Amino acid sequence: MNLLDVPINQTVRIVTYSGGKGVSFKLRQLGLCPGKEVKILRYAPMGGPLMVDAGGRSVAIGRGIAARVQVEVI
Amino acid sequence: MRIGLIGQPNCGKSTLFNQVAGYKAETGNFSGTTVTFIESQVRVLGSVVDVVDLPGTYTLAGTNPAEREVIKYLTSNAVDVVINVLDASHLSLGLAMTVELLELEIPIVIALNMMDEADRIGIHIDVEMLKNMFDVPVIPMIASKGRGIQPCFVQAVQVGQRNQKPEPPLYSHDIESSLTLLERELEAVESYLNPRALAIKLLEGDQSLIDQVLSQKPEILKDLRSIQDGLTHSRGKTTDWIINEERTKLSDQVAQQVIRQGKRNITFRDKLDDILLHPIIGYIGLIIILYLFFQGVYTFGGWIEAPLMDLFAQFEVWLVSRFGGGEGILSQILIGVIQGISGGVAIVLPYLVPFLVGLGILEDVGYLPRVAFLMDSLMHKIGLHGKSIVPFILGFGCNVPAIMSTRILEDKRERFISAALSTLVPCAARISVVFGLVAFYLGPGLALAIYLFNLFVIALTAKILSKIVPDTSPGLILEMPVYRVPTLRTVFSKAWWRIREFIVEAWPLLIVGSVVLAILNYLNVAIFLNTLVRPFSWVLGLPHEVGVPLIFGVLRKELSLVMLGQALGSMEFSTVLTPVQMITYAVFVVFYIPCLATMIVIRKELGGKAMWLIVAMTTVIATMAGLFARGLAELFF
Repeated sequence: MNLLDVPINQTVRIVTYSGGKGVSFKLRQLGLCPGKEVKILRYAPMGGPLMVDAGGRSVAIGRGIAARVQVEVI
Repeated sequence: MRIGLIGQPNCGKSTLFNQVAGYKAETGNFSGTTVTFIESQVRVLGSVVDVVDLPGTYTLAGTNPAEREVIKYLTSNAVDVVINVLDASHLSLGLAMTVELLELEIPIVIALNMMDEADRIGIHIDVEMLKNMFDVPVIPMIASKGRGIQPCFVQAVQVGQRNQKPEPPLYSHDIESSLTLLERELEAVESYLNPRALAIKLLEGDQSLIDQVLSQKPEILKDLRSIQDGLTHSRGKTTDWIINEERTKLSDQVAQQVIRQGKRNITFRDKLDDILLHPIIGYIGLIIILYLFFQGVYTFGGWIEAPLMDLFAQFEVWLVSRFGGGEGILSQILIGVIQGISGGVAIVLPYLVPFLVGLGILEDVGYLPRVAFLMDSLMHKIGLHGKSIVPFILGFGCNVPAIMSTRILEDKRERFISAALSTLVPCAARISVVFGLVAFYLGPGLALAIYLFNLFVIALTAKILSKIVPDTSPGLILEMPVYRVPTLRTVFSKAWWRIREFIVEAWPLLIVGSVVLAILNYLNVAIFLNTLVRPFSWVLGLPHEVGVPLIFGVLRKELSLVMLGQALGSMEFSTVLTPVQMITYAVFVVFYIPCLATMIVIRKELGGKAMWLIVAMTTVIATMAGLFARGLAELFF
């Protein structure tokens, strides 16, 4: 499953992500590495980004990118 | 001695800088780039040291220009010591950058900032242990309250004086043995990095460094590839991931050992996002906050502008009566100078100061990223990202701070498009033309129609521009910082630097520009100017006299209304212009060439090419929009 399939307030673990170097690099910078746990905090309406808690930081992620982040339920 | 401040975005680095920097701080660019830093002199232990505020980056991987410039700067001996500012409430991610800094083996002091915030969320940090683990000085700090700043700088100066270099962090065995192999080969290679750091970056696959090394020692490539392949094979992932993993592992380990997680107090701030980012209330909140922002700015600006402009007008009258009644060239030049000065004042005081202070507050509170979050989907529909909404909003007040605010956008394409579009947003001066002409003579309904038409044209232009310059960024990934109470000092210092740039760079040009126009006026080149603009005024069905007010309107947009009266010989516009002409003229003024001050700021922020492109673009758009308005208006009048 990817990040978009996760309901609000659920915590999941990042398995891997696909996509260009740019995306994985930016995700990594903000501490969204494979193995790390993230919690979905909220979705912006009308197909907007989602907000996750990554190690205490809130990070907004566009849906296009979120779809590429594969996660697993803990 | 020079001290560099470095840290991740939102770590409170600029708060620290503003606490120590004097008002004489200078902004500068790394040579040949648009990456800026700020430098100021600070008195520590009776001697004066230079403090450089480096751009905030999450890592030092060197994949973007800012990071590369920061690494080069740090290793070029330009700084004697760095203060690595860490957000104590988000220690583990911050430490990942500390690990990278330690790799560079430059003298370093760690400032553990936001200890109060860490306390609030129940995080206790063993400072002594952190100090021992990295063997570098660690100073707890609350920069916003001025605590810990003095001891931090004293330590930094001492470390810098002793040139006390830290030990580089050690990684897993397989990495270490690979590094040893590479280091040996790199000994004779010239680089701004030490051999170990260079080896790490090569292993990571930093292409520009690989090229640099290969130009000196081509035979190294084979060994590098075989080492990389070996690691990839044994670990099952590419080396850039492996190195990243090693750094994260180390920083996580350190963080785990020094942090004791206590009880977290849930406060109002934690709940604020539930309101401000709510799918419905969030947008109402956005509108209210923006309304209050504009209301505040305009009220404040109004208090100052009217009496000040009166003063200038009186001064001009006095001056003209003093020097030959406005006929001689000297008095014309003087009038030009006064108009240039007053034009600058009319922009700086009522608009720039309150807008930039307001923007600074929204920025420091942490609301701007939230605006991006809320507006992202809407902005995507016109091919932009959420953050680009900020320049638009500011553009309604004045285009100058709007252009300045494009600095918050990282992407060059996004910056250009946002800047270009925000020049199409009618600023307060252009609003006065729409009101003075269309709303006054033809009713407020038509003025509103012009507004809606303006929004439509902006959206259409955005669509077209984003087709011409396709979006290459993959989408939004943005940290939402914790809400903070901004410190007045930081807000005002930031506003002051931006305003000072305007005063030093744009204002003199504005004065020169208005002197040139004054001389043209004296030489009675009205016919020439009108002829110059004739192609446009002819196409749009406007009287040929509009050339002069349109050209002078470039200097200050209000002049395109004031001087229109002079040019046509009557301020009673309904007697000299048809309704269709009024509408067409107002629409043309709303879109055509940005004012001189805006142009100068565009050139400074985005370069001369961008400025000319925007000038050309707005001319074309204004003509097309004017034609459309003319055609439509002729159906009704």
